[in-house]
Amino acid sequence: MLTRRIIPCLDVKAGRVVKGVRFRDHVDMGDILDLALRYRAEGADELVFYDIGASPEQRRVDTAWVARVAAAIDIPFCVAGGIDSVESARAVLQAGADKVSVNSPALARPALIGELADAFGVQCVVVGIDSLRDADGAWRVRQYSGDPDKTRALAQTTLDWLDEAVQRGAGEIVLNCMGSDGVRSGYDLEQLGAARARCAVPLVASGGAGAAQHFVDVFRSADVDGALAASVFHSGAVEIGALKQTLRSQGVAVRP
Amino acid sequence: MSCPVLVDSGGTNLGSVRYALQRLGVDAPLATTPAQLRAASHVILPGVGAAGPGMQRLRELELVETLRGLGQPVLGVCLGMQLLFDASSEGGETCLGVIPARVEKLAAAPGLRVPHMGWNRLLHSGGHRLLRGLDADAHAYFVHSYAAPVGPWTLAAAEHGQRFSAVVQKDNFYGMQFHPERSGAAGALLLQNFLSL
Repeated sequence: MLTRRIIPCLDVKAGRVVKGVRFRDHVDMGDILDLALRYRAEGADELVFYDIGASPEQRRVDTAWVARVAAAIDIPFCVAGGIDSVESARAVLQAGADKVSVNSPALARPALIGELADAFGVQCVVVGIDSLRDADGAWRVRQYSGDPDKTRALAQTTLDWLDEAVQRGAGEIVLNCMGSDGVRSGYDLEQLGAARARCAVPLVASGGAGAAQHFVDVFRSADVDGALAASVFHSGAVEIGALKQTLRSQGVAVRP
Repeated sequence: MSCPVLVDSGGTNLGSVRYALQRLGVDAPLATTPAQLRAASHVILPGVGAAGPGMQRLRELELVETLRGLGQPVLGVCLGMQLLFDASSEGGETCLGVIPARVEKLAAAPGLRVPHMGWNRLLHSGGHRLLRGLDADAHAYFVHSYAAPVGPWTLAAAEHGQRFSAVVQKDNFYGMQFHPERSGAAGALLLQNFLSL
């Protein structure tokens, strides 16, 4: 049976891993390779590297660190940020990434999703969605969320964009619930549950993990395929081996 | 002395497979000609993407007949494994025809996502040298939407709504539906075992 995935997310800026609260005030968390190897040893099922400066600064991912990671680790990893064409995706995949995740460039040009799926297969194509609940109660998409000064609110609702992304060829959706991101009070179960009901491809929860119980809750309540988190792993507040024991003891299937 | 080669099948996981072999202390060069394949001790056929472009690439390189006729151990990985079969329903593609069965799309159902993406248990009872030392509850990393049926060629299966072949063997041809290069210690063990055949 397919197990649920625990996915540390490493936000990369200028070649280092950083973390901010609500996408602001980034703090240095360490070297890319050191952290990647640490999480692999602890039992992470997959890693996501998110080049948080690439999209707002309109530059591409530096593939040198992608190749270093690919050579060193033996679990899958996905690269996000700055991938805006088949060519830029190919460079990242050929450097050794298993998947690419597109977010802002896919919003700017939705056909990109289909182009990537045609070129590499849907299994390589992840669409990341940054989402925030507006005053009218609807969840809507945010673009360029890597830089607060450039972040734009879009008219499209999150669930409509999710449908469109899957229909265009997304093989996986990472839904980052910005309202709960960085505050460690748990995943946005309501929003993730609504997304799950619409999403036939794998769905990964992002934003809000603060304790092991939050992972139990999101797998059980929102039936997501994976749970992504950053600061809670970087700080050591949740250790992945212990987290998996907790999940197993509560009936959630995880990789030994 | 083993001198394996990687068939340059155009898949984007070529680099990852090569790195995985390097972690085992083996450098496998890329091969694009029949002579390079025939001279190798082991031939690895990686692959990511769709069956059509995968076979098209092998035809362009004029490797189809060479691959079929190889006598040394051959390992297809992911799409590379699917190409060992008669045909794939993905685009109705005719494949290498080493294993007499057809690759079909995995059926999605409520609670059952396709692509099948993530770590799943390898259902096996050991026995074959390729699986030597593999834990009874070993898990491997899968990413695919099409799968090969279980049959006499199945050394290990996996389950995602249905049982399908995870590791296959017919004569000197082997296949792994998952990505051994991204399957942690279990994947490294299987690659090492393959190179020891």
